[in-house]
Amino acid sequence: MKNRKYLLPVAATGILALALTACSGSNSGGGQTASADCSKYESYGKHDGKTISVYSTIVDLEATNLEKTWAAFEQCTGATIKYEGSKEFETQIGVRAKAGNAPDIAIFPQPGLMADQARAGNLKPAPKAVSDAVDKNWSADWKKYGTVDGVFYTAPMLANVKGYVWYAPKTFKDKGWDVPKTWDEMMELSKKIADDGAMKPWCAGFESGEATGWPGTDWVEDVVLRAQGPEVYDQWVSHKIPFNDPRIVEALDKTGEILLDDKMVNGGFGDVRSILTTGFAQAGQPVLDGQCAMHHQANFQASNWPEGTVIAPEGDVWAFMTPPIDASKGQTITGGGEMVGAYKDTPEVQAFQTYMASAEFANDRVKLGGVISANKGLDPNNAQSELDKLSINLLQSKETVFRFDGSDLMPGAVGSNSFWKGIVAWINGTPSKEVADSIESSWPKS
Amino acid sequence: MDFIGGKLLQVVIALAVFAAIIGLLMLLVDRAPKSAKDKITVIGFLAPAAVLLLVGLVYPAVQTSFLAFTDSAGRLNGLDNFVWMFTQPEALATLRNTVIWTVLVPLLSTVFGLAYAVFIDKARGERILKALVFMPMAISFVGAGIIWKLVYDYRGPGIEQTGVLNALRVALGMEPKQFLLDAPENTVFLIIVMVWIQTGFAMVILSAAIKGVPMELVEAARLDGANPWQQFRNVTVPGIRGSLVVVLTTITIATLKVFDIVRTMTAGNYDTSVVANEMYTQAFRAGEPGRGAALALILFLMVLPIVVYNARVLRQQKEIR
Repeated sequence: MKNRKYLLPVAATGILALALTACSGSNSGGGQTASADCSKYESYGKHDGKTISVYSTIVDLEATNLEKTWAAFEQCTGATIKYEGSKEFETQIGVRAKAGNAPDIAIFPQPGLMADQARAGNLKPAPKAVSDAVDKNWSADWKKYGTVDGVFYTAPMLANVKGYVWYAPKTFKDKGWDVPKTWDEMMELSKKIADDGAMKPWCAGFESGEATGWPGTDWVEDVVLRAQGPEVYDQWVSHKIPFNDPRIVEALDKTGEILLDDKMVNGGFGDVRSILTTGFAQAGQPVLDGQCAMHHQANFQASNWPEGTVIAPEGDVWAFMTPPIDASKGQTITGGGEMVGAYKDTPEVQAFQTYMASAEFANDRVKLGGVISANKGLDPNNAQSELDKLSINLLQSKETVFRFDGSDLMPGAVGSNSFWKGIVAWINGTPSKEVADSIESSWPKS
Repeated sequence: MDFIGGKLLQVVIALAVFAAIIGLLMLLVDRAPKSAKDKITVIGFLAPAAVLLLVGLVYPAVQTSFLAFTDSAGRLNGLDNFVWMFTQPEALATLRNTVIWTVLVPLLSTVFGLAYAVFIDKARGERILKALVFMPMAISFVGAGIIWKLVYDYRGPGIEQTGVLNALRVALGMEPKQFLLDAPENTVFLIIVMVWIQTGFAMVILSAAIKGVPMELVEAARLDGANPWQQFRNVTVPGIRGSLVVVLTTITIATLKVFDIVRTMTAGNYDTSVVANEMYTQAFRAGEPGRGAALALILFLMVLPIVVYNARVLRQQKEIR
């Protein structure tokens, strides 16, 4: 009996020792394809046995496609990419960085969030190779989104284009309506449809759980950019002019001519206020069954249509870009995109950063479908759908003035809080001026 | 599969380590010198819990209290967060709503639960009747929020209604109504959801308490000529006083912390926000952890007196026994 008393401590230390060695989880990288042409990857060097951890908001199919795209890079450089996608990224990245558990690479969906991390001293400035690649492959605007206080941190990755107006080509053809070329033509058409009475001109839905209101911020950003031009837009977003500047209130009122008029909205759902209780993904559906004519939503609306919907100029649905207010000034568009930032400056991480800024990555990823990029080296023919092709052409066109989604650039207290809430209150009946005042008062003081 | 296997192994190892540490501790306590054995035993068994409390409760509480006096960049800003809380109309609406919630929910749930428990007491099919009211307890607040959101769903006049309540209204010849958009009545519509959940809890506890009231007392009251209301008022209610306090305080604390219902149904929009919801929004979405912490502190101060009162009532009862 006496001997057995020593059994437990011995066993315990044994288990402890085991635990200490076995705690690190293993996770192999994405599926390796049989063979790839490694000549394209020579410049990134050899990094056998090195691991690069990547963290982002991208999950499911999109994540699988990313890993597929990376397979050749992994195979040719010998580095392993450990990918983790999470919908909690926005709150978790700050927590992880603070806890000393940051990933090597983080893919930020919002430049504002990235800037916070850069200012906190967590992100590493991008190496020269990345900076050069971005100079070569992107417009100066895009480079600016990755620059914080004069230091360049992050290269853009993929992009989305906002401000499309979705419509059913068949309905337009049957009724003899033309796709409007200017804002005024669009308003005229809307009035005509409203007077006709067969359907409402517009469908809208801003409900999105705790993010309710964001589709409305997209609307307002589109109108500010088109009505006031890029200079005022930039000043507005960077708070050089207050949020309640008369020009911004005017843009709200202009948007309100559509969104706050019971005759204009909300096909298939009810009055103006039903916009707030209609999910953004369902909101467009009445376009298909002829209860409304138009629906304002980004290119990713393509995935909200029911399966089997043909998206083409002659198909079930198609989209035109929200038209310019002054056609002589060319097309202005808003959109979003991801930024690739590094928390480490080891050679393999920098090689990966450089690769992510390259045209090869953009082409390989776009070939798999579902996304586009503003990378100038991207061949539009690699796009997998008509709409993607249209979006790429818009992004690459010299005539296009592109601006990043304003709410993503604003500080979190505004961009992902008071602006959304303001839009909700506005649709619910609060006057434009009052809404702008309350958003202005929420702008962080420091 | 590899991944799941690895995780499973980690879990097993973690559990084994835990068991080993506890085993080791017990062994050491067991082998302690006779003279100080009692002391060491007490310390040995309390220490793990005390350490966990310190790390998991006391330390975060202290840190949160400190955070409540800092701004978004982590600098001390005195009472600014509290000034914000008691001056901004939005934050004031949040506090007002929380007060409405904490008054109405415990009161209504307890009254309905008590009435139901009294009426079905010794009725035929009592168990089934009880189960019907108790069932919502099994639904999570998020689930209940989604269910009721569908109940309150709105479509314009002339369009087929998808929400039960609006379908009823239209069938009765009334206009459909946007239940969740008009303050302040929308707070009441949210409160109904919580009452729906908590009534079952109140009913079960109170029903058990009613059955514990001595039969002799009730019969004596009846022989003295007390009518049913007098019996209820003067015999049953004093007999279940302890349970009533427990039910009221438990529901009050749950109500002060209510978050999921508001978050899923309105996300705090349309003037329906409550302290717990605003705490989360400020800390994690608006990037104002200081304001979030200040709200947490206020919430803590609101819960404290209720907990203290509850503990005192329970102690008094123990003394009586």
